[in-house]
Parts: sequence; structure tokens; C-alpha cells
Amino acid sequence: MTQQFYVSPEQLMKDRADFARKGIARGRSVVVVSCEDGIALVAENPSPSLHKIGEIYDKIAFAAVGKYNEFESLRQAGVRYADIRGYSYDREDVTARGLASVYAQSLGAVFTAEQKPFEVELAVAEVGTSQDKDHLYRLTFDGSIADEQGFIVMGGQADKVSGAVETGWQRDLSFAAAIRLAVKGLVTDNESPDLPAAALEVAVLDRGSESSRGTRRAFRRLSDADVMDLLAEES
Amino acid sequence: MQETTANKVAANATSSFTEHLQRDRPELLPYNRPLGNSESAGQPLQVPHATTIVAMTYAGGVVMAGDRRATMGNIIASRHIEKVFPADQYSVLGIAGTAGIAIDLTRLFQVELEHYEKIEGTLLSLDGKANRLGAMIRGNLPMAMQGLAVVPLFAGFDTVAGVGRLFSYDVTGGRYEEQEHHAVGSGAMFARGALKKLWRPNLTEEEAVSVAVESLYDAADDDSATGGPDPVRQLWPVVFTVNRAGARRVAERELAAVAGTIIESRAAARREA
Repeated sequence: MTQQFYVSPEQLMKDRADFARKGIARGRSVVVVSCEDGIALVAENPSPSLHKIGEIYDKIAFAAVGKYNEFESLRQAGVRYADIRGYSYDREDVTARGLASVYAQSLGAVFTAEQKPFEVELAVAEVGTSQDKDHLYRLTFDGSIADEQGFIVMGGQADKVSGAVETGWQRDLSFAAAIRLAVKGLVTDNESPDLPAAALEVAVLDRGSESSRGTRRAFRRLSDADVMDLLAEES
Repeated sequence: MQETTANKVAANATSSFTEHLQRDRPELLPYNRPLGNSESAGQPLQVPHATTIVAMTYAGGVVMAGDRRATMGNIIASRHIEKVFPADQYSVLGIAGTAGIAIDLTRLFQVELEHYEKIEGTLLSLDGKANRLGAMIRGNLPMAMQGLAVVPLFAGFDTVAGVGRLFSYDVTGGRYEEQEHHAVGSGAMFARGALKKLWRPNLTEEEAVSVAVESLYDAADDDSATGGPDPVRQLWPVVFTVNRAGARRVAERELAAVAGTIIESRAAARREA
């Protein structure tokens, strides 16, 4: 009969965390920036159909890094949670805080109970009527949750990218400036000095969607042509 | 959601909000609430009923309009009810029948379309939307058998074919594509009579809005359950247009002008009808 070796809980958790961190660092970064016009979400993603950024609800968006199948299942669960909540209460009652806490609980449960933790890191962003009412939540593989101010950088060489974004970040950026800043951050983790629009996935949560587009759904995905225009606007 | 693992989520994969509710939260479906046994059979339940909806195609799209009255037997239950709703960016939905269930079904249908769009990252085809609505009406059949029927009218812009299309339904969920124009609800008979005389191919959007309002005027003239334009309370029908640019609710100001012109011309004619 084989003897089960004793592994201390500290060691077990550390091994799991190291495993998850390694998986997340392998991919490319995602940058979420709160700015004057709303919230910009920018990812380095060459695929036009396998998204890292998605719409959850009227004012709420989702961004993720790590394993696609794992964060996609979390994204779909988030859409279901938000739609059920909005359908059974009211659309106003769906908040990023509620969603983020459900994500935190699921990630925490998977981290402790399952064979392997999810190799993902998530951002849940909610655009408010003013910049002070924007919410950015960062969720890590072990279920910890952080309320961030200004911007979030996740995945890849997050420290390097984060440094570049931090130096350029101001409160009163426009979407164009925020997206250029995010791209400037993303290229620090790159051999070549610029990223073509086709290698980027860009979406925004538009603060004034009711007045500018007549819809309460603030999420809008930008096409390659839109992104190219914004990047070319360099002033 | 706590027990979520990749496996369970995958096994549960569906892009339909209704299917998801059916499986996880069936009590939230508007037609899954059991009614008491039919002791009062023969005596229909007294609940508000929504009445007349008209829809027609015009050059480049469709227009749908509904009056503002809900009735409960001989009583006017509401003068302000709205019975035409945007279903999504390219389609609208009008409802006649039991108002409470109809409004819940509309909400469910709106979430269903948005849910699909968010999960799949693409819009459902117009036929797909029309079929989903049919399935929901079919789900309501047991309630319809007890007198709580909902009969919708669905219209949308087919972005592939580039035309506006209309769909009507029966209580069993049967889906019928309509040509040119259609009406549902208690005043539908009179509205259709008016539409047959007023509608012609290739109307402009303004003309189509005017025809819609005038056909509701005629329906209200002969059907007590349909409300006409109300200049005293400044109440006008709810009118939506759908074209390549999407669905748009016609502004109150425009409707006041259209209804004013119709009332004036009828008054000037000094005739019985």
C-alpha cells in the first residue's frame, strides 16, 4: 500500500498559487483605464473572434487574462447572473460590486476545492455618471478582490506595463488618449515598438451612451478602422 | 454559482436565457406560475386587457403603433398603458391580450435577445427572433386555455435581406409572416379595414406613421376597447419605426401634429365616418 505523504497546507496553497501565477504571466496583458469619457478596455489579442473583453450588462464590462476556456465560462456565468438579477429585480439593481463578489466566491471555491485553480485574472468595470462613481475591481485566481483606482493592468509582464501606464495616467483623458496610453503600456512588453490595430482588441464603456447613442448599453466594441483612426490622432 | 467548475458550466452551455431560467429558476418564467384549479371556469378572470396594435411595411422598414387603452370588462383600466416595445436594436414587439402576462413576456423576450447577443457576440437572425417569440407564446398555452391569452405582433428589419418584415402569432405559438400590413387585438378588424384603404406600396416613413395613427383612429371609432388620440390629456399612440438605422420611437411632438391633422380633416369633412 502506498503511503500518502504529508503536505502542509501552507505548501499546498503556495504550490497552487505559483501554478496559477505562472499560467497568467504566460499570456499577453490587458489594460483597463478609467477616463473622462468613460472606461477604455484594451487587450493585445490577435484573434478577432475569441474575445478577452466582453459586455456583462448596461454599465458593466469584463476583461480577463489567462486560460480562455476558464475565463469564458466565468464571463458567461457573469452574463447569466446579471441578466437574472436585472430580470427579477430591475436593471438598476445590477451592480459591479455584486458581480465581483460572486466572482470572488467562485474563484475562491475553485482555488481551495478543485484539483487545480483557475489560471485567470479578471477585471470587472462599471462606468458611473461621473468619474468618481466608476468602479474597477480586480479579481485574482485565489478569489481575492481589490477595488482599484484609475486603471488596472493584468497578465503578461504586468509590472512593466503598469509602470508605463502609471506615468502617463491623468484623470481627464479622452478615450483616444486613454487608448493610446494603454497601447503605449502594452508595447513595453513587446519586442517590436508598435502594435498594429489588428493585434488589438479595444472596447469602451461610454459614460454618455444615453445622450450620444440613445441606448442604456454603454459597452461598445471598436473596429480595427476605429482603432486605427484613434491611434493616428497622435498629437 | 458556487459549484461552478469548468465542466459543469460547459454541460450547462446554452445561449438562451429562457432555457437557462427553465432549468435553474423556473419560478421566474411568466407562464410557469400555477393557477388555482379552475373553480371559476366559465367566468373569465377580470384582469386588464391590452387592445389594438397595427403594423405595416414602408419603403425601407416597418412601422408599428399601439393605442393607449387597457380595459377590464366595461371599465377602462388604463389610459396610459404602452403596448409597443423595442425588442432589440432592429426589432419591435406589440402585444394584445392579458396585459400583466404580456408585459412580463415582453421583458423576458428583450432579455432573451440581449442575452444571446452577449453570450454569442452576434445578433440573432430576424427569423431566429421570431421563432423564439413563438416558443414563448407556446409556453403560455396553458394560461391561454384559462382565458389569459397573449397575442403579439412582431416586426423587424432583416439586415441581410434589407427589408422590413412582419410576423403574427396565434395562441399556440404558430408563427405567420404577414405581407404589407397587419393588426391584432379587439379593434384589429376595424383597423385592418382602414389599412386596406390607406396603405399602398412604397409609403414614406412620415406617410406610414400617419396611416398607422389614422387606422387606430378608425379602430377607436368602432371598438370601445381601443383608445383614440386624446387631445385633452395630450395622449397619442405609441409608434415605433424600424429601418436600417435601427428602431426609433416617434416623438410625442410629431404624433401630436399627425393626430391633429387627422382630427382636423375628419372634422372638416363633416361626415358620419
